[in-house]
Parts: sequence; C-alpha cells; structure tokens
Amino acid sequence: MSNIEPTDIMAYLPGMEQIESDVCRQVMSHWQEYDATAYNAYDAAAVQAALARPHCDIEDFKALLSPAAEPFLEQMAARASQETARHFGNTVYLFTPLYLANYCENYCVYCGFNCRKQIKRQKLSTQQMEQEMQLIADSGMEEILLLTGESRQMSDVPYIGEACRLARQYFRLVGLEVYPLNTAEYRYLHECGADYVTVFQETYDQAAYARLHLRGPKRVWPYRFAAQERALRAGMRGVACSALLGLADFRRDALASALHVYYLQRQYPQAEFSLSCPRLRPVGDEAAQLPPTLSERQLCQILCAYRIFLPYVGITVSSRESEAFRNGIVKIAATKISAGVSTGVGDHAQKYHQETATADLTASEQFVIDDSRSLPQMYADMAAAGLQPVLNDYLYV
Amino acid sequence: MQNNKIADDKLIIGGREFRSRFILGSGKYSMQLIEAAVQQAGAELITLAVRRANSREQENILAHIPPGVTLLPNTSGARNAQEAVRIARLARELGCGDLVKIEIMRDSKYLLPDNPETVRACALLAEEGFVPLPYMYPDLNTARDLQAAGAAAVMPLAAPIGSNRGLATRDFIQILIEEIDLPIIVDAGIGRPSQACEAMEMGAAAIMANTALATAGDLPLMAQAFRQAIEAGRKAYLAGLGRVLSRGAAASDPLTGFLRD
Repeated sequence: MSNIEPTDIMAYLPGMEQIESDVCRQVMSHWQEYDATAYNAYDAAAVQAALARPHCDIEDFKALLSPAAEPFLEQMAARASQETARHFGNTVYLFTPLYLANYCENYCVYCGFNCRKQIKRQKLSTQQMEQEMQLIADSGMEEILLLTGESRQMSDVPYIGEACRLARQYFRLVGLEVYPLNTAEYRYLHECGADYVTVFQETYDQAAYARLHLRGPKRVWPYRFAAQERALRAGMRGVACSALLGLADFRRDALASALHVYYLQRQYPQAEFSLSCPRLRPVGDEAAQLPPTLSERQLCQILCAYRIFLPYVGITVSSRESEAFRNGIVKIAATKISAGVSTGVGDHAQKYHQETATADLTASEQFVIDDSRSLPQMYADMAAAGLQPVLNDYLYV
Repeated sequence: MQNNKIADDKLIIGGREFRSRFILGSGKYSMQLIEAAVQQAGAELITLAVRRANSREQENILAHIPPGVTLLPNTSGARNAQEAVRIARLARELGCGDLVKIEIMRDSKYLLPDNPETVRACALLAEEGFVPLPYMYPDLNTARDLQAAGAAAVMPLAAPIGSNRGLATRDFIQILIEEIDLPIIVDAGIGRPSQACEAMEMGAAAIMANTALATAGDLPLMAQAFRQAIEAGRKAYLAGLGRVLSRGAAASDPLTGFLRD
C-alpha cells in the first residue's frame, strides 16, 4: 500500500481495491435526504404509526430516530424489548477485546491512539499474545475480538494472521477489528481463523470525516465504507458496522449505520450482521472540536430504533457505557456486551490477574472505559437479572 | 377407563417411541428453567443447538437437560448440506446420539429453511446412519424428496421462526399430513396453545415450540398449557372431529328424495 498522503477523501490510494457495489449509493442517498430539516419534520403521528406497524420500514425508522420520537421512548423500549425476546430470547453474548498493537498511521483528532499522540507504542510478540490469550481463556471467555491500531507497516497482515491462528487455539470465535483490507487479505485472515469483521465508519458525514481524519490512509472514506463487503466476499461469516456517535450529527450517522447493514443484508442474506453504538468519549482537549455528545436517552432511542427496524441484527454495547446503562439496555435491545475489557496493549495480565509478567507492556488506552466488570462479575450480574449469558454460540463449519 | 386409542397412542420416530407429542426448544431462556419446562411440558424430546453445546463454559447447557429426556441436536448455523453434516457429526461426537434436526438457512433475517440443501443433507445424513428430522418450508414435492432421502419425520414451519404467528401455512401443512407417510411435526411460528391444539386436530404428529414459551410471562405454566393443548388436539384428532356445516342446517327433506331407483 502506498505511503502517499491522501488529500481528497474520496480518492483511492494505489493498492486499495475497488469493488463494484451499489450499497454506498443506496445508504448515502438516504443520509443526504435525512438532514435536520427532514428529521425535524416528523411528528408524533408518524412515530405512532411506525410503532403500530408489525414491520418497520425505512420511513418508519427515520421517524423513530427523529426528535419527535423522544417522548415515546418508553413505548419504543417496550416494542424493542419484545423484538429482542422474539429473536434472541433472554440470551446475552459475552466477549472480550484483545489489543495486539497500538501503532497507528492515522491522525484522527478524537483518538487516544492517533499518530500524533506521545504514547508508548508497542505490539505484542507471539509469546506475549499467547500469554494474554491464555489468561483470557482461563477466565472462561470463548469469543475474542482482536484489535490493532491502524498501521499496515507495524501490524501487517501476516502478523494479524499469526494472531488469528493462535487465537483459534484458545477461543471458539475470533473476530477482527483492524484497518480495512482488500478481499484477498480478508480471505487469508479467514483461512487463519477469523470469521467476523468489525469496521467502524466513524462518521458517514464525508465533510466531517475529512475534518476529523487529517492524515493517513484512513482518510480514504469509500475504501473504509466497502470493507464489510470485501470481508463478506472473502468468506467471513459476519460483519459489524457502526459510526462513532457524536463525531457528527448522530441521527444521520445512526440512520446510515443501520442502512449500511440493511443494504448489505439484501446483497448477502446468508451473512450475520451486528451494529455497535459507541458514543464518543473524547480524550484530552480534542473534545472542544466536536459537537456536544448525545445523552443516554438519545443513545437508548437509537438502539430501540435499531432493534425495531432490524430485529434480527446483533447489537453490541461498548464498555464505554456505564454499568447501569449496560444492565438496562441488555433488557431492551442489546444482545452482546464485552467483559473483562482493557483497551491498552498487554493489559490483561496486569489488570485482572494481578500478575506482573507483562506489566511492563502496559501502555496508554485508546479510550476511557466506564464498565470494567470482569467476566465472572458480568456473568453473575446478567444471570441475576434473569438473562442467560452465552459464551459461545458458534461453530466453524 | 382410559380409551384404548389414547393408551396405545405413541409418537414413533426412527423406531423410537415417545408418549409426549411436545418437543421443547432450549435456546431462548435461562438454563435453570429447562428442567421445570421439561417437567411441566411432559416433554421427552428437547432440541439443542450443537453450536451452543460445543462450549467449554462451566454452565454447559447439556448439564441442564434432565435424565431420561432424548436430545434432538439441531444443525443451526449450517448454510449448506455439507455444513449440516459436519455439525451432525460433531453432535454425535458430543454424545448426542443419532437423532438430528436438520436446519439449513441461507438467510439471517427470516431464518427460512433452504429446502433443496435440506434434501441433500437428509440423504447424506441418512447414509451415515443418522435419523434425520428435517426442518423445512411446507412444500409437498420437497417433503416427498425428504421421505425418499430417508427422513424419519418432516418438520414444516407454521410461520417464520420466532414470530408466534401461528398456522400461517395451515393449508400446506394439511397437504403434507394427508400425503406424506411420516410424522409431520409442526415447527416454528406456533405462538399459542390454541394454535398448537389446532395443528394437532389437523393430524400433526407433534409440535415443536421454543419462542412461545421463552417469551411467556411464566414459562413453566405456559409449558403446561401447551402440553394440555397438544393432548387435547391429539384426542380430538383420534376421536374424529364432528362435521362442520358450511351453510345453515342440513335439509330435512333430501334434495335427491325424488329419485325412484
């Protein structure tokens, strides 16, 4: 991949694969139309009509995301909760992320790992990976999400592939959240054991994206947008989409995130899909450059709207959110939460096992976590709330 | 005195005899409730997703299945026949026996079964000595193919899975009941005991339910309600339903009374 600095966020860099697809046009035509004037035009009648329909269409979904739906939050939660129960019963899936490396070539102004940050940069060696994986597996965890900072140079595809091969020895399901790749690279990582790919678009607002992503290959917006589609073409079983809510107009970003899944599902009906819903938690003084963040009530509204519009889709709630919020939202809309989370590289040994073997690795964290419950705590809390925690519902076949 | 029709009534699948005609799902509620659900349902067969059972977790779902209950592992997660066969083999390795419910879906939204792949999987599994119970969209030609491929029963869906909509495919299930010489087990979409009862009155051999119980306010009580409804429907079927007059009363003077020979 080229080291040329992209200026136009819509221009692909050499080496970035372009695929034929109509998904982007479909999603962005709705995003374009759903501006503040449009979403402020929805009224209570439109929201009530949406809630009365057995199947919610795109127009209904737009009403449910609008400010007019805010007074109907309790009714939305009731409907969302019914949909969740019908499709997922009372199960809640648990997983943990493992940060392999924090090298990054991009300057995303809101991120604790961005290339301008003076933080300790490192990546786990094979031995260190195994040590972390062993510790996590010993805690009982069966699903892992492998993450790297976005540096092709420092965390190249063979390095990620090695991590996938190792992870398959310790876990039942290996997911990836790394920089976007070409189809052949996703195919290789699939062969190495990864089966689920998460890529956050950050924001679907291209002008905001250009302002917030100042350097690095990540600046190329459409290559990122098509990552899930390349992953599915490469044989991955499922993909996750999301915006980082709070970077731009959250209603438009929520609309586009869900429609990204909706249109992908129409093209790839066999695939599994999930939505995440990270709210921006700015690190340092970058917060001043961003719009005010959305409230918990607004986040809840978005998640209820997601569930009502896409009842079959998994919804993951990040440890950025509080224990109280996560305890509440799993009864309404969320189906998957992380536990035993550390967003620093090589932190698991030190944080949860009181061991010092890899303590010297511990570096800065990508973002601040709010819910730091361990797996046993989370399992017990979910069971006490009448939910069935599930550590594995997955087979490689 | 108990009617002989009831005393002798058994569900026979692949040579195994069951008194209960209620097959319970296990995937959408707390593992702690499984035992109570089985007891109240009087169930002798419980389905189990192999992908859930294939776990190291301490609270393995297998540990919650009461003794004496026959496991019916399913192949959920399979997208084609080959994957279904691999999952069935894994179920056998896990000690789940030879019964297998074939579930093959190529659609993550509605989870509708893929009939052609299901027929292929059925043939492959029967060849390997499994007792296949294919979940299918109620289509007569497919059901015939499944029978020819070695199915031990056919499991048509009543409505989209998890929908609790009831017998949306009623007329097509009725055709299978009339034309296929295998137990027809109505699976997916049954939301109420009354719908289960109706399917049994039609001549279904058994009912499979999961979401209807999982989403009920009181799961064990709903399990009991389903049991009673299924038993009532079965008795009505065995008794032979009374005739239903489509228009008004029967004429007391027959229309053909004028005929002389």
